[in-house]
Amino acid sequence: MLATLLKIDAGRAEIFGVDVAGNPHVIRQLVGVTGQYASVDENLTARENLWLFSRLQGIAAPRARRIATELLGQFGLEEAAGKPIAQFSGGMRRRLDLAASLITRPPLIFLDEPTTGLDPRTRGQMWDTIRGLVANGCTVLLTTQYLDEADQLADRVAVIDHGRKVAEGTPDELKTAVGNSALQLLLADPGDAPAAVEVVRRVLGSDPIVSPERGRLNVALDQADLAADVLIALRTAGVSISSVSVAKPSLDEVFLALTGRETGRDDETGTEENR
Amino acid sequence: MSTMIAPAREAVRAADRVAAARQRVSIGETLGQTLMMAWRALKKMRRNPEQFFDVALQPILFTAMFAFIFGGAIAGDVESYLPQMIPGILAQTVLTTCMATGTQLREDMEKGVFDRFKSLPIARIAPLAGPMVADLLRYTIAATLTFTMGLVLGYRPGGGAGGVLAAILLAIFTGWSLAWVFTWVGTIARSAQAVQGISMMILFPLTFLSNAFVPVETLPDWLAAFVRINPVSHLVTAARDLANSALVSGEVAWTLLACLTVIAIFAPLSVRSYKRHM
Repeated sequence: MLATLLKIDAGRAEIFGVDVAGNPHVIRQLVGVTGQYASVDENLTARENLWLFSRLQGIAAPRARRIATELLGQFGLEEAAGKPIAQFSGGMRRRLDLAASLITRPPLIFLDEPTTGLDPRTRGQMWDTIRGLVANGCTVLLTTQYLDEADQLADRVAVIDHGRKVAEGTPDELKTAVGNSALQLLLADPGDAPAAVEVVRRVLGSDPIVSPERGRLNVALDQADLAADVLIALRTAGVSISSVSVAKPSLDEVFLALTGRETGRDDETGTEENR
Repeated sequence: MSTMIAPAREAVRAADRVAAARQRVSIGETLGQTLMMAWRALKKMRRNPEQFFDVALQPILFTAMFAFIFGGAIAGDVESYLPQMIPGILAQTVLTTCMATGTQLREDMEKGVFDRFKSLPIARIAPLAGPMVADLLRYTIAATLTFTMGLVLGYRPGGGAGGVLAAILLAIFTGWSLAWVFTWVGTIARSAQAVQGISMMILFPLTFLSNAFVPVETLPDWLAAFVRINPVSHLVTAARDLANSALVSGEVAWTLLACLTVIAIFAPLSVRSYKRHM
């Protein structure tokens, strides 16, 4: 909707003080969109794609040629420049797609799950690119299912559950809201899990997150000191533990705590990175 | 692979961009964008030459087939049927060609690249009009081949080269105008197959319920009445007069009027429904 791909059906939105519904043409000049499915032309080569999108946006021919070469270089696509996109791998398409969004260097860029399905190295490169964009003064709005990615890249994170925003803040704020630290317990006997849950509930008054198949418990703590209380209570109850760690909660735990369910397959986290 | 750090060019400042943004697309920009889209469509045609099969095979096949099947029955022999039939085939091939416009547009719209077209600050009509400009090439091929095939079978147009050229141009323009109908169908239908089906239903009555292949006098009155107002009949008669006797008849005016009406109705409809699809 914000990128004018869908009509706004209720309410009002502004980007950089420009009304989205009233000035779609202006908004389209300010916003770059990179979708989940690479939106480049399969019938053209990489260079022709960049050339087409530059020319469509009124960039003069010599400059369009220069921009195409520059972007192909930046995204490591020089060698594939003359190949039709149909022969490209998923990662290459994704990179070309992002390159196409950067032609006019828009101040706001929407990235819809830019790293879904990429191998770890390509993902790392994509992260570097995104950091580079932010360093240049762009605002990036990124949606992702990988909370690790949000943690790494985002200045501000909004958690969206079933289409509703359930929380928003910096990654640290969100983590603090859930508890200052998390106690991770691995039970010696996974069968003890119900007993362990009972103990934690008695000591802290809240339920831990359980992965029953491996006897793993994840307990959110307001203060790290409380970890000792839990451990003593477990020992008294005769539940033996094979490993223990206390850590700052990850965004995964934040997400689970906020959405209140074990799995969140349909949910997305929108993250926003500001300069 | 080189690094992917964005270049250290001057920083992007949102406020400057807002100030520099243009309010709307000018006519000149729209034309330029349409031509770029046409360039894209031509590239696509060159890489998928099978798109030329229909425009290349149909005129050759239909001309030969219809000449020998209907020639004897309708005009006594093949040669005296040709002056009547060739302009009919011309209309038919051009119409079939413009049907493909809608199907291909629908296929194209389902691809990711249309999402990008929508997000770009370009005229909304450009992604629709571009492929239609490129299709002019297909009409030209279809029309030229029809006449070539006629010449091979022994057709000697009385209107000379000028008359034939005028007939071809008129047919191309008509095809291009009617293509807007199919473009509109392309923007409202759910799938490319649906477009094909709907287009067939529009196309068959239009071509066969016309004077393209049989004289109107042989038809029952109620049918003759429809045939006489069918724009395809006007095109066929106009093309016959042009190609066979270099005569610019009133039929030309009727054809052009029908074309302009179709464009005036269906071009805005197409753009509107394309916008709604966003």
